[in-house]
Amino acid sequence: MGGPTSFSAWGLLRRAFGGAWGEQWRSPEPKAAYDAVIVGAGGHGLATAFYLASEHGLRNIAVLDKGWLGGGNTGRNTTIIRSNYLWDESAAIYEHSLKLWEGLSQALNYNVMYSPRGVMMLAHNQHDVRVFRRHVHANRDQGIDNEWLTPEEAKVFCPPLDIGRDVRYPVLGAALQRRGGVARHDAVAWGYARAASALGVDIVENCEVTGISRGLDGAVTGVETTRGPIRTGKVGVVAAGHTSVLMAMAGVRMPLESFPLQALVSEPIKPVMPCVVMSNTVHAYISQSDKGEMVIGASTDVYPSYSQAGGPHVAMHTLEAICELFPSFRRLRMLRNWGGIVDCTPDRSPIIGLTPVPGLFVNCGWGTGGFKATPASGHVFAATIASGKPHPIAAPFNLDRFRTGRLIDEAAAAAVSH
Amino acid sequence: MLLIPCPWCGPRPEAEFHHAGQAHLTRPAQATDEAWAAYLYLRNNPKGPHAERWRHLHGCGRFFNCRRDTVTDRISGTSAPGAEAV
Repeated sequence: MGGPTSFSAWGLLRRAFGGAWGEQWRSPEPKAAYDAVIVGAGGHGLATAFYLASEHGLRNIAVLDKGWLGGGNTGRNTTIIRSNYLWDESAAIYEHSLKLWEGLSQALNYNVMYSPRGVMMLAHNQHDVRVFRRHVHANRDQGIDNEWLTPEEAKVFCPPLDIGRDVRYPVLGAALQRRGGVARHDAVAWGYARAASALGVDIVENCEVTGISRGLDGAVTGVETTRGPIRTGKVGVVAAGHTSVLMAMAGVRMPLESFPLQALVSEPIKPVMPCVVMSNTVHAYISQSDKGEMVIGASTDVYPSYSQAGGPHVAMHTLEAICELFPSFRRLRMLRNWGGIVDCTPDRSPIIGLTPVPGLFVNCGWGTGGFKATPASGHVFAATIASGKPHPIAAPFNLDRFRTGRLIDEAAAAAVSH
Repeated sequence: MLLIPCPWCGPRPEAEFHHAGQAHLTRPAQATDEAWAAYLYLRNNPKGPHAERWRHLHGCGRFFNCRRDTVTDRISGTSAPGAEAV
């Protein structure tokens, strides 16, 4: 089998004088049976496979995808990473993720370009101010960095920001997590795919799951795919917006609704935006990619849809907010926009763990903010699949919470999608 | 932006409406934990034809049922509550 050669400065220098890099992961035919099958080769699914192989010794496993790896929401998001959530359960998983981000390029031997340039969340009214200060206090209790900035301090941290008072929603302050930032989304998928493939994981693209087979006892026995049936006793569904569709194949109804979420990028310009700025109230998310494009996150449409194309008025609403916050960006032209299908839970927290069907596991409901969780999501889900018991950090995010009422209500905490 | 045919006001732009979730959910007579959780939280979320409710918030203010395909977003019909389903 043999993995790809390790990346190093020496290797880079050597290839400057010729020689191809070669393929970074194998593209095998699916086998007839695996110890576990992950459905969905996005960041979360590939991370799950990597940690199953590297930490739990499960190497006879496959990751299936109906398209190409990293071709869904992983490859089309605003790549924001932060951990300053309100509730302890959320802070625990997102902080676990942030710590994994900090060492991820080394762990994968692949540069995911994690850049802790700071994530600043703007407050525009008294309610925002109180909510964000409450977050700052909660985060201090949790040992997570988050600090309050005055408008003047926010302007120093992000010079293009307009803190004038003569706008509809003036900036009244900001909460800043300095360890927050961005990473290169494609590299995250490619890095996990390459590392997992080198450990023996089969990544099978263009292989859509069309059914989940179960035995007389109700337990999972395999999956039906467009490339033939595959036997397995463990199936992990990591399919974002299509989770409800897949779980219906096993007769499980989910507390999920799928919405198109849009993002867009501008033409590339010189470096001007030193950090990530988020505003929940006027709904604007913006940072600058290393290529120079402004990366802008818009809202979801108001109705569930699998169309992968949100309404133009939704993106327009965000651009109006961006133009008011950053008047110097008003002449920028937008290069392209796209819509991904995100699966939202009623409490806007994910679902990670066991299902009523033995052998069927699910990792879903990341809604509009799943990218930041990619490493931790895969890490705790792999432990859950390997042992058949929820990882302690994943345990509160069980599917049963909608019956017990123990919701983790980040919907109320953030008041908007996040 | 969708053009939504309100049963009372005719076709109007989506911005006048509030989406009101999956249609035909029935409040359970016996409030067991399972039945209550299903009523409150479980949704069909289908990829294809979907029965949903809208409210003409900035118009007549009334709720109505709507059938829309979630892949194409095409609306095949709307009907007043209690009327024959579209």
